[in-house]
Amino acid sequence: MPEPTLVRRALRHPLLWPVLALLVLLLVNVVVNPSFLSVRMQDGHLYGNVIDIIRNSAPVMLVALGMTLVIATRGIDLSVGAIAAIAAAVACTRIVGAGDEGALVTAVMAVTYALVVCLLLGAWNGFLVAVLGIQPIIATLILMVAGRGISMAITDGQITTVNNPWFSDLASGFVLTLPLAFLVAFGMLLLTAALTRRTALGMLIEAVGINPEASRLAGVRSRTIIWTVYAFSGLCAGLAGLVIAANTNSVNANSLGLWIELDAILAVVIGGTSLMGGRFSLAGTFVGALFIATLTRTIPNIGIPSEVNYLFKAIVVIAVCLLQSPRARAMLRPRRRRPTPAPVIAKAGSPA
Amino acid sequence: MLKKTLIAASAIPLTVLSLTACGSDSSSGDGGGSEGGGSITMGFAQVGAESGWRTANTKSIQESAKAEDVDLKFTDAQGKQENQIQAIRSYIQQKVDVIAFSPVVETGFDAVLQEAKAANIPVILTDRAVKVDDDSLYETFLGSDFVKEGEKAGEWLVQNAKDADRDGDGTINVVQLEGTTGAAPAIDRAEGFADTIGADDSIKVTASQTGDFTRDGGKQVMESFLQSDDSIEVVYAHNDDMGLGAIEAIEAAGLKPGVDVKIITVDAVKDGMQALADGKINFIVECNPLLGPQLMDLAQKVLDGEEVPKRVVTEETTFDQEQAKAALPDRQY
Repeated sequence: MPEPTLVRRALRHPLLWPVLALLVLLLVNVVVNPSFLSVRMQDGHLYGNVIDIIRNSAPVMLVALGMTLVIATRGIDLSVGAIAAIAAAVACTRIVGAGDEGALVTAVMAVTYALVVCLLLGAWNGFLVAVLGIQPIIATLILMVAGRGISMAITDGQITTVNNPWFSDLASGFVLTLPLAFLVAFGMLLLTAALTRRTALGMLIEAVGINPEASRLAGVRSRTIIWTVYAFSGLCAGLAGLVIAANTNSVNANSLGLWIELDAILAVVIGGTSLMGGRFSLAGTFVGALFIATLTRTIPNIGIPSEVNYLFKAIVVIAVCLLQSPRARAMLRPRRRRPTPAPVIAKAGSPA
Repeated sequence: MLKKTLIAASAIPLTVLSLTACGSDSSSGDGGGSEGGGSITMGFAQVGAESGWRTANTKSIQESAKAEDVDLKFTDAQGKQENQIQAIRSYIQQKVDVIAFSPVVETGFDAVLQEAKAANIPVILTDRAVKVDDDSLYETFLGSDFVKEGEKAGEWLVQNAKDADRDGDGTINVVQLEGTTGAAPAIDRAEGFADTIGADDSIKVTASQTGDFTRDGGKQVMESFLQSDDSIEVVYAHNDDMGLGAIEAIEAAGLKPGVDVKIITVDAVKDGMQALADGKINFIVECNPLLGPQLMDLAQKVLDGEEVPKRVVTEETTFDQEQAKAALPDRQY
């Protein structure tokens, strides 16, 4: 009987619950607004809620991508929002200060410069964690707090507006009728997947997450790996910051990327990566980021009043987390199935 | 572990909210001309330097103090009430002639204001009000009337309702981009607007959602509104930034901002005025940060023993597209 096993395998698949949650959320939107999923052509590119969602999911997806690897090493990176703000501040001030503000070369130079800065900031986090052995939550908290100050110092606390069509395309541009921002994020995801799953890197990262000391003794360069994932997270955060800045052609150091670290952690957790480290799912993070973006879009779409929109978000997220917890699911399961497995558990437990 | 980390992560925003402001005072931390010689000594405790609006506000106070030969002692509370109370206490100890401040929050200033009163130092509130049981604790409150700002926006729409009716069906569909939920300007600007447009049955607010006073927030909310309703004719945004975000969303939807969809905003910062002059915004209600001259004038009057009203509204105007073109060249902020 191949069919039941297939169903059972699907039911056991770790992506089942996040995907199901995403589908339910989309369904709610469609019920309220039947044309929610409709997509049409507009000025030579696709246009619709779904397109907006995948476009707006790009920043969270990028940040969550870096975060996934950091969390896999049993770390956490709280500084991503601040790094995003720094990236945007650096790029925008470079563009405004350049001789030819609208030129392609200006945009490329500014973006490169900003990403190098972010790579260094990420490496700094890695240094604190891997070399000085500071706890990740504290080490990255430093830059989370200080980073926003840095980005404000760069922009003088003012909203800096840029006029560069190439830079703007990073968020609002379309390639092959699809939003460029999404393609960039998706491209990064595929690249990361190839690097971690086609080589031993992913396994080494997981090994470090399970037990850094044991993996070091086993010959894994855990220090280098930790250093690398934080630098990578910085790079991803920087790219996300550039996308956010390009979206409005401006940088507001106060608000850019604010709390994105929490959205990203949520996306990672919803995707099934354990905060305990040692295992990660890039596909899960992808679904998680789409879920967050869909949730953000759901609020105005179904007309949740501003006063309760955080409450709504909280309830949805709690529901998804409960769905993912095997213990909570077991509690929700109908009671009639209890009698058979219960004695088995009791027997198995008694020798111990 | 998971639970612990989440609890820790959720506790962080609280600390960071106050800490982030620490880095932001670089531009205006210890400005002010305290070199002295002026006839009046004024202690001013600013909220922080959280926005371009605030920076312009600080600059205006410092410059007009210099112009009026007022000896200004300036502190930046970096968004923290305890810093502000400390600053006011130190002004009392230094026996300044008059204390002015923009309260970080509405409550909790009773004790320190009592101390100022006991020391016979008059207090002027600027920009934001405080809630105290005894309103003799401060001389006057100088600031914008946010309800009035909302009313001005509503009045313009009522007057220009016919132009806004794109599909000619006799009803004007308005969407509102609210400021940060719970912030006084967001509540009052919504209230003033709703009261005024209530007079005209053809104007309806079909959707309203917070855009958190940011461009990104305004853009994302507007994108969603445009997807679910193609008959939006007017956008009312509680500040320029959300309006600027809405412009991008409207353009992406293949509509012309300012023509197909009319846009009304509040603030009149430079980028907003530029968009207004370019014809992408239709009307801006000014929220004026340049209250320095009025503040110095009030301080002088209070010290001369003249009666001042308990509430002084900042001198504010409104701009349409033509006025914006004229005003733009010498816009300071």
